[in-house]
Amino acid sequence: MEKMLLLGAEAIAQGAIDSGISGIYAYPGTPSTEITTYVQESKEAKEKGIRSSWSTNEKTAYEAALGMSLVGKRTMICMKHVGLNVAADAFVNSAVTGVHGGVILVVADDPSMHSSQNEQDSRFFGKFALIPVIEPSNQQELYDSVRFGFDLSEKYRLPVMLRVTTRLSHSRSGIVRNYSVVQNEFSLPKDPFQFMLLPALARKKYHNLLETQLLLEEESDNSILNSLEINNEGGQGVIAFGIGYNYLMENISAEKSNYNILKVSQYPLPRKKVEKLFKSSSRVLILEEGYPIYEELLRGYLSVGGATPIDGRLNGVVVREGELDPDNVAKALGLNSKNINPLHELIVNRPPQLCQGCSHRDMYDELNEALAGVANKHVFTDIGCYTLGALPPYNGANSCVDMGASITMAKGAADAGFHPAVAVIGDSTFTHSGITGLLDAVNDKSKVTIIISDNSTTAMTGGQDSAGTGKLFDICLGVGVEKEHIRTFEPLGKYHAENVAILKEEIAYDGVSVIIATRECIQTQLRRKKTEKKDEPLVRNCNH
Amino acid sequence: MKKDIILAGVGGQGILSIAAVIDSAALSLNYNVKQAEVHGMSQRGGAVQSHLRISSSEIFSDLIGFKQADLIISVEPMESLRYLPFLAEDGWVITSKDCFKNVPNYPDEAELFAQIDTLPKKVVVDAEALAREAGSAKASNIVMLGAAAPFLGISVEAFKAAIETIFATKGQKIIDMNIRAFEAGLACSVGK
Repeated sequence: MEKMLLLGAEAIAQGAIDSGISGIYAYPGTPSTEITTYVQESKEAKEKGIRSSWSTNEKTAYEAALGMSLVGKRTMICMKHVGLNVAADAFVNSAVTGVHGGVILVVADDPSMHSSQNEQDSRFFGKFALIPVIEPSNQQELYDSVRFGFDLSEKYRLPVMLRVTTRLSHSRSGIVRNYSVVQNEFSLPKDPFQFMLLPALARKKYHNLLETQLLLEEESDNSILNSLEINNEGGQGVIAFGIGYNYLMENISAEKSNYNILKVSQYPLPRKKVEKLFKSSSRVLILEEGYPIYEELLRGYLSVGGATPIDGRLNGVVVREGELDPDNVAKALGLNSKNINPLHELIVNRPPQLCQGCSHRDMYDELNEALAGVANKHVFTDIGCYTLGALPPYNGANSCVDMGASITMAKGAADAGFHPAVAVIGDSTFTHSGITGLLDAVNDKSKVTIIISDNSTTAMTGGQDSAGTGKLFDICLGVGVEKEHIRTFEPLGKYHAENVAILKEEIAYDGVSVIIATRECIQTQLRRKKTEKKDEPLVRNCNH
Repeated sequence: MKKDIILAGVGGQGILSIAAVIDSAALSLNYNVKQAEVHGMSQRGGAVQSHLRISSSEIFSDLIGFKQADLIISVEPMESLRYLPFLAEDGWVITSKDCFKNVPNYPDEAELFAQIDTLPKKVVVDAEALAREAGSAKASNIVMLGAAAPFLGISVEAFKAAIETIFATKGQKIIDMNIRAFEAGLACSVGK
């Protein structure tokens, strides 16, 4: 059969299309974005009527998916690891309600923080919510796991987490497709109160969830995703989770017979297989792509532990932080370590930077001038391309914590008397998590200046549609910002002086002001012009 | 057959277009392929690389280990040196001589090329000039592919067929131009 060369993310998407999803819900976030993009661009998905446009944030995505599941349909939700923090309320409770149509939550973790603020491990969340987690080790398994995951989800009526990390999501490999299944018929749950979490009902449902755990453990023990090979009774054992298995095999595929290997790609842990591995091995090395969650669990709280010594991230045999790779796994296995020459001093860092012609550049130029001479200058910024304004030559931003925090942190600082309290937030981040903070500021009449640096797209992740395009002025007005203090301008060199003047006026205002600095992202503009040359002109939303 | 290749450049230079042709050629010969890419923040004018692995047997790791790459193909000279820790002792460096200077402390060009000159196995390609001669500066990545072709264990015919596949939607003129660019690059490496 012909192979398709797909990114891991795309393999998930193709797997979902082939597994009969009726909708996919997501907010963009590296390294998860390409899953949804693939479905949006798939002709097949269009023919099948699969719903796929972007959600405003991960929480709205999760809840909409839950609604689609309630009426019997299969649905997938995709996000990056920190997105699950945003969706956590819906996620954790959905384990208690359970699902009707199959639900797969894909979470793409980013160990080593290639494009993220932390390297939290979503398996922790899966364990916390008491649901099955699947963590494939390669792209084919990823594709196959989607079908497997939907079947598992519908068998136990639970959401299933599919956890990937950057390398698996952003690496291409040949994929062999499975046959397609048709979408589920519309149907309501037998129990009309399945999704009703009144305490009395929730207690019962939680009890059921706990009782299911043993069955899930049994599933794991019998799963084709978890394989145990005892090749050397009494020898070295390894538990390789997810992609850790690849790095292990990269190093030992020729000498496999020396090792006892447990590959784990389905959780909860396969208890019998783990016990057998420990019984058959003199030492066990644990390779987890992420936090040492299962290493800690297997060691136990007391350092005396069990009879078999354990090596891993917690005793320094495996690096404590960052992603696994063939070299650090080789070192953990005690295989030949290579002497690496340091890089020549001529080679300088080349950090990411704002594109030439980017509107954020002009916005920072204008803001920096408006704030020139201000003592204790501190600009609160947010998650997006404009975070790069913290770097030279702009040095125009100081803090960036989580989606929406620019507005609320500026507010908190202003409440304590800090002035000027300036927040810089992108249009997509504003609608994702900024609006509620703005309402807080309005209600408190906080003395904050909020710049929405609006490039009319979700730029950092590659230019996905932004929920507020063309609506920002009305949103701010609706939230209660005074009309005369919602200012709009185009950040462009030729308007520099007047834009600086507007910023200065609003910074001086004793209350909430919002400046919407609108100019299209240079990347999406280039792409649009290319498309327009080919096709009919696109209809654009008009901005205020 | 097994080749581990590091593709290097600066975000936006389009190293993945080189990878796409190699992938297509490798798949047409039924080889296994794995190709790890960089997406997200680093794409914004930062240093980017792609690990491309081709093999007739199963490939496990998506990443190439230190001292394991058979060649580095770089579309930018300073970037060609950044990944030397990954290069096998007998590995080749195929680099363009077109500097992309988007950092204030970019090294002195003479010193940079002197450093590249110390590498035992290298091909330095005047990629952009050759691409222009072939018809468009945009084809400089395909010039680089041509220069790397003799070291990839894939026949020239398979590469040309892959170029035709990849650029099929762009029309015969673009295909011919890219074939010329490929051949111009190839000529830089013949006999090396």
